[in-house]
Amino acid sequence: MEPLLVVKDLKKYFPVKKGLWFGERADVRAVDGVSFAIGRGETLGLVGESGCGKSTTARLVLRLLEPTAGEVHFGKTPVFKANRKEMHQLRRKMQIVFQDPYSSLDPRMSVKEIVGEGLVIHRLARGKEKTDRVAELLEMVGLGREHMGRYPHEFSGGQRQRIGIARALAVGPELLIADEPVSALDVSIQAQVINLFEDLQRQLGLTYLFIAHDLRVVKHISDRVAVMYLGQIVELAESDELYRNPLHPYTQALLSAIPVTDPKTKRQRIILEGDPPSPIQVPAGCRFHPRCPKRFDPCDTEAPVLREVSPGHWVSCHLY
Amino acid sequence: MRNGSLLTIQDLQTHFFTGEGVVRAVDGVTLSVRPGETLGLVGESGCGKTVTALSILRLIPNPPGRIVGGTICFEGRDLLRLPEEEMRSIRGCAISMIFQEPMTSLNPVFTVGEQVAEGIRHHQKVSRREAWDRAVEVLRRVKIPDPARRAYEYPHQLSGGLRQRVMIAMALALGPRLLIADEPTTALDVTIQAQIVDLLMGLQEEMQMAVILITHDLGVIAETADRVVVMYAGRVVEEASAEQLFETPLHPYTQGLLESLPKLETGKRHRRLTAIPGLIPNLLDLPTGCKFAPRCPKVIGDCWPTEPELREIRPGHWARCILA
Repeated sequence: MEPLLVVKDLKKYFPVKKGLWFGERADVRAVDGVSFAIGRGETLGLVGESGCGKSTTARLVLRLLEPTAGEVHFGKTPVFKANRKEMHQLRRKMQIVFQDPYSSLDPRMSVKEIVGEGLVIHRLARGKEKTDRVAELLEMVGLGREHMGRYPHEFSGGQRQRIGIARALAVGPELLIADEPVSALDVSIQAQVINLFEDLQRQLGLTYLFIAHDLRVVKHISDRVAVMYLGQIVELAESDELYRNPLHPYTQALLSAIPVTDPKTKRQRIILEGDPPSPIQVPAGCRFHPRCPKRFDPCDTEAPVLREVSPGHWVSCHLY
Repeated sequence: MRNGSLLTIQDLQTHFFTGEGVVRAVDGVTLSVRPGETLGLVGESGCGKTVTALSILRLIPNPPGRIVGGTICFEGRDLLRLPEEEMRSIRGCAISMIFQEPMTSLNPVFTVGEQVAEGIRHHQKVSRREAWDRAVEVLRRVKIPDPARRAYEYPHQLSGGLRQRVMIAMALALGPRLLIADEPTTALDVTIQAQIVDLLMGLQEEMQMAVILITHDLGVIAETADRVVVMYAGRVVEEASAEQLFETPLHPYTQGLLESLPKLETGKRHRRLTAIPGLIPNLLDLPTGCKFAPRCPKVIGDCWPTEPELREIRPGHWARCILA
């Protein structure tokens, strides 16, 4: 598969002041050496707990943030080297859908203006053509022409998320980054929106970077899944393989923590001690070792590297 | 009234009188909790599960809300008829509650030790010193590491998981017979969620208290609840033991909820999710008959004119559906 997006050793450190008076500097290592590739038409799921760097990764890929180090290639274009004009074109090809459908739509704009804004900025359509295109987009996401004149507050969470998706699709992107697009929605509505994402991918041949903390959702929608912990990818594999045969102790704990909807199966649950450490004081050696039930000799001194232990299955752990 | 229950709610009606009309957030809810059991209360946003919980504690903000009908019997007393003073001695003592968002439920300007001790001193005549010692003891019980030191910390110094543990400590400090936990794990990460559920269930067994666990997460319910009540649009639509509910859900809404969850079993990925069509109902504009009818895949003509009763279909398994 020819990759549409290649991310190489991406890093983003945010400087923070430590201490009250002395202005001591420290870095929050939000993303610390992340590499992956996504094939055309593929869905890569990115999972991890809050603060693991998944949203920062998304913002770096879109160049909404400048990186500390690393590269992102979209097709043949190096994203961080693109000039203004090239960036303008890239933005058409890469779009994002945000988590919170309540704060990501401008309350003073009508649905027509929200969805049509990209068409105007990229000079893709105007006048009647624009109106028709917006209507077509709304129908594509399960809304209708009659919703065009309405404002965001008149819609439910699920409908707003559909508007957000229509807005992202307006400019005809190839890559859609979805940052927790269903986590604010109710269960019954979640399923509708997940189905919509899948339908649109099939119709339009879209490539997805799908970010979520809900492992069920990620498993369902992704071809491959990358698991992040404290700014790094600790495991990456085909979705079925990852869920059948998780190798990293963190992935194992994450999967065992998902409650099963069958009162009769009592699962062997791996309960991790403590909280994820702060990305300001990253533990030496393997970042997971203070919480790892399987840690041994080299773990607290030597950082493991992400290695391919079986075809397509990558893990960063001294056990393998 | 069902026998041997700790709490019995009969035909509870809690309405909100808003500018746009009367919102019947809870409209005829009947349920009971036995001593020591875990009752799961499931439903989506706006179904009335939190309003039911707040009604039990009489914490409905008035105006705009008011409990307009029904009874809530706790250990033989109707809570809705108690004078406010007596109610205050029940709240946080015999019945306590933990909330979803631990950051906004804790006071940022007091140490967590002070906040736990405050509850103890409010209900019992003990010295400041003694209350503090007991607070540290409770913090130890909820497995906060190094509680004697942590008690001096402020909420912002603690992680989300530890804050939720402090909330649990406050709720359990006086040994309640009933704990209401409103989405206690929703704001937490998966691995922390597992810790908190584990802790709650352990403490429940230790302290022999009943728990009403409110959540939209069916997985959490399956793993913890003895019985489950499913709510939709301010009503109970199904009630059963956890085994019955997950094995043979009778109401189409419950069936839909279970089917719309992505399955974890490995296999072919492109199996479409069976979503429940339509929108979460608007409580200002409900149909006259079955409230789920507009979204129901099995709807028939008889569903529209009158609302079905909650009937016992099998022993202990109740459903509000004419097809069940």
